[in-house]
Amino acid sequence: MRNYILRRIVLTIPVIALVTFGAFALLRMIPGSVVDLKAGTAQSEADQRRLEKQFGLDKPIPEQFLLWVKDLARGDLGESLWTTERVSTEIKRRVPPTLQLALMASVIASTIALVAGTTAAIHQDSWLDRSIQFITITGLAIPNFVLATLLFSLPAIWWGKVIPEGYVPLIDHPAENVQKMIFPALILGAAQAAILTRLVRSTMLEVLRQDYVRTAQAKGLAARHVILRHALRNALLPVMTVWGLQLAAVLGGTVIIETMFRIPGMGTGTLNAVQQRDYGLAQVLILIFGLVYIFTSLVIDILYAYVDPRVRYN
Amino acid sequence: MESEQYQIGLGYLRADESNSRRIFGVRAVRGAWAFTRRKPLGAAGVVVILVFCLVAAFADVIAQSDPNDINPDALLQAPGSDAWFGTDNLGRDMYSRVVHGSRVALLIGFVAVGIAAAGGTAIGLVSGFYGGKVDLVIQRFVDAVLAFPVLVIALAVVTAVGPSLRNLVLAIAFIMIPGFSRVVRASVLSVKQNLYIEAARALGQTTPRILLHHVLPNVAAPIIVVATGAIGSAILAEASLSFLGLGPPPPNATWGSMLAIEARFYITTAWWLAVVPSTAITLAVLGFNLFGDALRDVWDPRLRGRR
Repeated sequence: MRNYILRRIVLTIPVIALVTFGAFALLRMIPGSVVDLKAGTAQSEADQRRLEKQFGLDKPIPEQFLLWVKDLARGDLGESLWTTERVSTEIKRRVPPTLQLALMASVIASTIALVAGTTAAIHQDSWLDRSIQFITITGLAIPNFVLATLLFSLPAIWWGKVIPEGYVPLIDHPAENVQKMIFPALILGAAQAAILTRLVRSTMLEVLRQDYVRTAQAKGLAARHVILRHALRNALLPVMTVWGLQLAAVLGGTVIIETMFRIPGMGTGTLNAVQQRDYGLAQVLILIFGLVYIFTSLVIDILYAYVDPRVRYN
Repeated sequence: MESEQYQIGLGYLRADESNSRRIFGVRAVRGAWAFTRRKPLGAAGVVVILVFCLVAAFADVIAQSDPNDINPDALLQAPGSDAWFGTDNLGRDMYSRVVHGSRVALLIGFVAVGIAAAGGTAIGLVSGFYGGKVDLVIQRFVDAVLAFPVLVIALAVVTAVGPSLRNLVLAIAFIMIPGFSRVVRASVLSVKQNLYIEAARALGQTTPRILLHHVLPNVAAPIIVVATGAIGSAILAEASLSFLGLGPPPPNATWGSMLAIEARFYITTAWWLAVVPSTAITLAVLGFNLFGDALRDVWDPRLRGRR
């Protein structure tokens, strides 16, 4: 087990290095620089040089990269080239809404998926199974911005009600926060619920046909016990993997929902920063997205090896 | 699985999906019929896909008015005999726009997935078959690409090279390559354990030949299943990027950009602005998903229903 964990961690190091380099390089491949955008056309050559020097953009690109990594290692995230604010301040403001959104969406999605997926598998080929399958496959086909548009418009047409937009911090206004976050979380969770429900169903079907389930049934255990203790626990392994990858995907997919609900999170932050060529902010935001993904899959792989010893010896 | 037997000449031939007539036309029709009976929803998906393909192919015939023609005298007209699906806030014919938009959607779906499948398959074959250090290095790159938020990559690529149809296709293809390579690699790992691979090696066949003639055909099924679903995802990705204003530049009609033209602000007064493109996207994606699902069920014996 210890060897497996060590190996898994060592393998992560080059990935982190690649992602760090990618976050840095991706933005610099985009034509146009923050200096042109910020200065506009009115600025003189000299002013542009001065700005470039101030941001350290006059140095060769490899040197810029090394300086950035050096600062990161010291815990200094740098400053936004657009607002000249500390990136760490911006991060502290933008991470909580996105993280909360993604976690809420994941909890909603997994609850739905466990119940609906297990139900569908137990009643395979019944009308209940078929309706669950139909709903999930349709859910996969509806883009989340369509769902959001419907959510905004239907209550307005039918009851003259307006769905709340915007964001308030959870600690300051818990009730208002939940009221505002529940709708975007539901929409984000819908697609995830559809994916996970299908997965729970298919792994449950596979597990229900295993010998140990038949043995449990033959022993005369209650159906409930067999499903919950013997089948579901084994079916959850692959679901766990996908759940983790989904959490990362949801984090990355919040851009549209954040834009539509006017939530000042990481998604909108990255979109703006990329469009403004704000290297300082964008590279840190992208790096955070990447690190969250890498860390989640690391934890899940280790957990998986812990519960399923077969993985360790491969 | 009931296996019907048909008497032909002197012997009996079993007729199931793996073993049927020798004449291709008859075999195809029989295969399609068997598929329809076993997977009615999958067959419905095929019908939807075919309808969209026909609509895209004959867009100029079935929607003769110009999709980009602005008509200030007919702004936001409700669906009726003049404009079947109504007109938008610039007086453009929604029917014509949604019909011509199907070209963009299908083009992006097929081309992006084609590129991604080819690239992903090549990477997956090499990585899975060679294993060892090659695999280790390739997989770290795949991990790194997977770690980036998908939309952000597409966003950066499209912003970098300027929004156009070609760039959108390349961006979506790039996003999908790692996923394909993972699926192919996993299948290759199990296929290469087979005796026929060892036999091919013993016969002195070269590695490229083994890869192309023995491994590739045996990993084709999962590739096709994933590709079918991926076409739906590519259409969704196009819609999302167009929705954010990163699609093909205006006035091109795409389903995503039709929704993005502030359809939301008109929804209480002109519902068709949002409903028409949403329905088109959902139907098309649903068609590909249903077909992909049915294919997977048919090809994966573990998922067959209890009988």
